[in-house]
Amino acid sequence: MQSHVTRSLGFPVLLVIVSLAWFAGCSSQVEKKAGDGSEKKALTILNVSYDPTRELYKDYNQVFASRWEKETGQKVSVTQSHAGSGKQARNVIAGLEADVVTLALANDIDAIVKKSDGLIAKDWQKRLPHNSAPYTSTIIFLVRKGNPKGIKDWGDLLKQDVEIVTPDPATSGGACWNYLAAWGFALKRELGDLAKLHDPKQADAVAKAQKKAFEFVKDMYRHVKVLDSGARDATLTFVKKRRGDVLLAWENEAIFSINDMQKGEYEIVVPSISIRAEPSVAVVDKIVDKHGTRKVAEAYLKYLYSPEGQKLAAKHYYRPRDVKGIPAESMKNFATVELFNIDDVFGGWANAYREHFGKGGFYEKMSKAKR
Amino acid sequence: MSLKQRSVLPGFGVTMGCTLSYLSLLVLIPLTALFLKSATMGWDEFWATVTDSAAMDAYKLSFGASLAAATINAFFGLIVAWTLVRYSFVGKKFVDAVVDLPFAMPTAVSGIALAQLYSTEGWVGRWLAPYGVEITYSRWGVMVALTFIGLPFVVRTLQPALEDLDMEVEEAAASLGATRWQTMRRVILPTILPALLTGFALAFARALGEYGSVIFISSRWEKVIPMLIFTKLEQYEFADAAAIAVVTLLASFVVLLFINLTQWWSRRYAATG
Repeated sequence: MQSHVTRSLGFPVLLVIVSLAWFAGCSSQVEKKAGDGSEKKALTILNVSYDPTRELYKDYNQVFASRWEKETGQKVSVTQSHAGSGKQARNVIAGLEADVVTLALANDIDAIVKKSDGLIAKDWQKRLPHNSAPYTSTIIFLVRKGNPKGIKDWGDLLKQDVEIVTPDPATSGGACWNYLAAWGFALKRELGDLAKLHDPKQADAVAKAQKKAFEFVKDMYRHVKVLDSGARDATLTFVKKRRGDVLLAWENEAIFSINDMQKGEYEIVVPSISIRAEPSVAVVDKIVDKHGTRKVAEAYLKYLYSPEGQKLAAKHYYRPRDVKGIPAESMKNFATVELFNIDDVFGGWANAYREHFGKGGFYEKMSKAKR
Repeated sequence: MSLKQRSVLPGFGVTMGCTLSYLSLLVLIPLTALFLKSATMGWDEFWATVTDSAAMDAYKLSFGASLAAATINAFFGLIVAWTLVRYSFVGKKFVDAVVDLPFAMPTAVSGIALAQLYSTEGWVGRWLAPYGVEITYSRWGVMVALTFIGLPFVVRTLQPALEDLDMEVEEAAASLGATRWQTMRRVILPTILPALLTGFALAFARALGEYGSVIFISSRWEKVIPMLIFTKLEQYEFADAAAIAVVTLLASFVVLLFINLTQWWSRRYAATG
């Protein structure tokens, strides 16, 4: 009896085992490939970054590796990982062992600090110059060829038949910069001078201007028909699906798509004022201590501030912190535009996030009022 | 005496044990974790979260669109199943296979395809645009996507029921003077109603959980429940996401229970009536 049961169960059980073994086989192949690199005893660090830095870090990693080898005689290879900034932050919190993070906004690194068990030290932003942001960018407009809707500045975005493409600030870091840039424009229009924000005598005027800014940004989002979840998706919606009249874009992404991808189909419009977007970088303390890679990881980020690092950033359309020695050919990409800092206008990221994008914040209020 | 019933086949203990541990590992334990997570917030906070206007909008859209999609599928699925069972035609096997496609196709692919097709410039959408009907990037688009993924459930549950129908009963009805419509309504429909309801319930439940195709066809301003949960997760509001998931689970449980009761009632009605 027993043997009969075993025999008739034999085939199905075999089938289950074979399919599981095949499935397991699939995954072990990948691991083996990854293992090959480490056998050479080369130092490997993982740089977890956001979408548009792919080309920059591809160049930078090579330059850094040869420089590090020259200095220490040690071979180093840097692995890159790219996705939406917020998603990458969540990946790191969930256990992706990044040695360094180079994300789109300080808030995403703050999130890692807060939501993980001390992966990154609290004072990370003070450990490197310029708020730990070695290069900057800003938010500008990308419009279709010939600028058919005549969009010149933020105010033109509210013209009746203009459709704006920008992602959801609830899910996208880039979208937060867009939102804050628009808010800053409205404040400047009301106040004439952003310095009034810090003048206690102007408190009434400032409160009034903040209300106007809320209305302005709310109206702006009424012109957003499709709310993508990330900056990459928004670019695809504008470029591939040909939706909308204007894309609110990172300057580096916009110049990249004009120069390297879609010549002649789009035009860049630089508004009168915009925000200084500061993509931040940090060493992930717990991971580098575990991997024993602290030295190389710190050097990797520090070298971004060197003339070579700055030159590469400029070459890939990020505004360098130090313009000394940057070829004029790179600099001519950057239009002169009045830029304001998030610290001056919004009191830093933590504050901006709580007031605008957090639970019960201004963004939630305006999206509820929308329909 | 043990409660165990003697059976010709051995192994009640083994199979029951397997069933329980399998279900626990895959369904019960994750669901318990979900409830525990949502319990980390106080009752007031929980209530405020799940009755928030954004959440209410999502419930309305999700349940509304899912019910509408399941209803459309019940109607057209019945016609498709009827055609496939009752008639033979060239390419029948092909049509039969096409019905299963929504099962197998990655939902992202179908979402993108539908979004293109029903956009104002798409092959179908451009004929509707002049009448001011916009499908892609509106709530109607959500309904179209949910209808697509639910179709096979109705057809596949109805087919065996229709095959089991005894033609002689229809002939008897006809010979007793029933019109075609009367035969349909009083003889055929009551017999297949339980299967139809099962298909309806499956299509509804499937639609409620759908995420992959909806994100491509909706404008994202109006969010279905899974999209809202995803947004909450992106903002690190894990407890909020769990709370909304719990409410959705309970609500869909109630709806499915109701459908099952109706089904049970209709089966009894069909047996006695």
